[in-house]
Amino acid sequence: MTDERHEKTPLIRISKRENMSKTNIWLIRLAAFAFALFLSCFVFMTAGANPIEAYQTMISGALGKKSGLRQVIKVATPLLGTALALAPCFKMKFWNIGAEGQITIGAMAAAFFAINFGKSWSSPILLITMGIGAMIMGAIWAGIPAAFKARWKTNETLFTLMLNYIAIGIVGWLQGGPWEGKKGSQVIPNFADAAVLPKVLGVHCGWIIVLILVVFIFVYMNYTKHGYEISVLGESENTARYAGMNVMKITVRTACVSGAICGLVGFMVASGANQTLYADVADGVGFTAITVAWLAQLNPFAMVIISVLFGILSKGASSLQTAMGVPSSVSEIIKGLLLLSLLGCEFFINFKMTFRGHEAKKSKEEA
Amino acid sequence: MDFNLIGLIRAAILNGTPLLYGTSGEILTQKSGNMNLGVEGLMFMGGAFGLCGAFVYDTMAGDAALGAVAVVIAFLCAFLAGVVGALIFSFLTVTLRANQNVTGLALTIFGTGVGQFVGELMRIRVGGNVSISNGLKGAFSGSIFPEFMQNIPVIGPLLFNYNVFVYIGVIIVLVMYWFMNKTRKGLYLRAVGESPATADAAGISVTRYRYIATCIGGGISALGGMVHTMTIAGCVWNHNALAGEGWVAVALVIFCLWKPLNSLWGSMLFGGLLILYLRLPIPFLPTQIYKIVPYIATAVVLVIVSMRQRKEDQPPAGLGLNYFREER
Repeated sequence: MTDERHEKTPLIRISKRENMSKTNIWLIRLAAFAFALFLSCFVFMTAGANPIEAYQTMISGALGKKSGLRQVIKVATPLLGTALALAPCFKMKFWNIGAEGQITIGAMAAAFFAINFGKSWSSPILLITMGIGAMIMGAIWAGIPAAFKARWKTNETLFTLMLNYIAIGIVGWLQGGPWEGKKGSQVIPNFADAAVLPKVLGVHCGWIIVLILVVFIFVYMNYTKHGYEISVLGESENTARYAGMNVMKITVRTACVSGAICGLVGFMVASGANQTLYADVADGVGFTAITVAWLAQLNPFAMVIISVLFGILSKGASSLQTAMGVPSSVSEIIKGLLLLSLLGCEFFINFKMTFRGHEAKKSKEEA
Repeated sequence: MDFNLIGLIRAAILNGTPLLYGTSGEILTQKSGNMNLGVEGLMFMGGAFGLCGAFVYDTMAGDAALGAVAVVIAFLCAFLAGVVGALIFSFLTVTLRANQNVTGLALTIFGTGVGQFVGELMRIRVGGNVSISNGLKGAFSGSIFPEFMQNIPVIGPLLFNYNVFVYIGVIIVLVMYWFMNKTRKGLYLRAVGESPATADAAGISVTRYRYIATCIGGGISALGGMVHTMTIAGCVWNHNALAGEGWVAVALVIFCLWKPLNSLWGSMLFGGLLILYLRLPIPFLPTQIYKIVPYIATAVVLVIVSMRQRKEDQPPAGLGLNYFREER
């Protein structure tokens, strides 16, 4: 009898699990986090560094000094802003991987005003115009694929991906052509002082804008009609349609909100951090932010923690390179390992595994 | 202005070959329904480990090093690196059911990190630029045909004067076409990508097909990184030489409408467009604009295909979606 049953039940059975306690969930995530840090030890060892010493160097490099801390915030700000921008899109299951392009095109719009009116307009008006221009361009850049998705079901993942490179190409052209400073330099001259975001506590004030955005996105997603529509549409398009929602309008509107915030991030990076425009202005932030948003489960407050953590990793890795000669690309590896193991651990939160032997024992006990 | 058509075609083919590998590997992956956005990372890993393998062999064998052996070692190292990367992806998305987009991006971050780390580490160990001896370099970039065949006018340079990887790439694509369209296993693979639930009901193991297709596809994509490093970049590790290459390959998959044979001319076209500005400056058209033509073309193809709704041009219906038997 039992032998026959053994043949029919698979070794591991997987079923959905819904009632895991919050503590357990966070314990699993913490374990995944520790696992990634443990794996990273081997990376340090291949580079001939003592892992414990390496971690110490990273932490003290990032948090020990004020300048390090500023660098952390500088890295975390655009990352957080973009992750926030992506949250509504992902909630709607609209796979916008075009943040990179939306940041770039936003930065381009901001630079347009900075270059043309930097000397003639007063600072507040100029900065506000730059921000609004960046938001509009970002919204357009995200709205195009959204409109095609809504009308013809064009695959938005691939379309937004293509728009990234088109935006980067356009800025590359401007950089070497119409907006070039000294002939042949391939560089756009630094913005005039009026077009530079003021500093607060040593870092450009973009970090304050982003913190305001955290609250805004939290409220927008959880307490507004828009947020409700987004989550219904994300769960099921048919339900949304049946409830009388205008699917096309919601799709385009949400993508535009997302693109506008990305554009704003582009403005902050160009005006605050770089004080000029170049093709690499987004520098992978658009892609990394996707993973930040996902790891935070689209929770704005969790995004703050994760983006700061990523900031610490980047800054820590660069001090590691100067102090111990470990290539700074180690931060990418650690980031990758963290992402992969945290992505993997979600499985153990959402699903339950039952082993064959286990079940037999249980049924015996019950009998 | 010095411009010759044969030279341009040759350059397009040589520059397109890494893309050919990257794209054909990703076509195989996507046909199984797995959208691996980690091609960029896989190509970095392939490039770094391929160079690393050839370099280690070169230093160990010294003067006795044989070119053919170095090529085989670089080939295997790159392929294995890609398989390992793709295995991580498959494990997370197929077994652990993680979101494919995010996992692919994580793999890109991880893979570019690993590639650059290995490249940098070699540089630190050697204390300068990593490079292999000239004799071995010839084995990577020289033609495999005898001299008299290369010297035939027109046909010689156009057909017989490429490095070995060009021909291997073409063979891989032809085999892939034959496999997908003429064999039963290929039919099963397409079924898994189009409708995993149907395939599962017909007794085809979705898990096995996705794992194998993704791993082999990842290996082939990684070869593209190796080919780029060993031929175009001249066997030297450069921090950003490979940047963007993997994403072009992803774009090309769409441009080719998921058909292996299209990737033969598609990669040549993209490879040509990406270097055209060096060879054929058109007055009034800025060179940077050349570089975005491939992406615009891809976006246009994507839009037209979705408007026309022809069945044979569509992406695999199950692309990007994980399959849970319990949710059927």
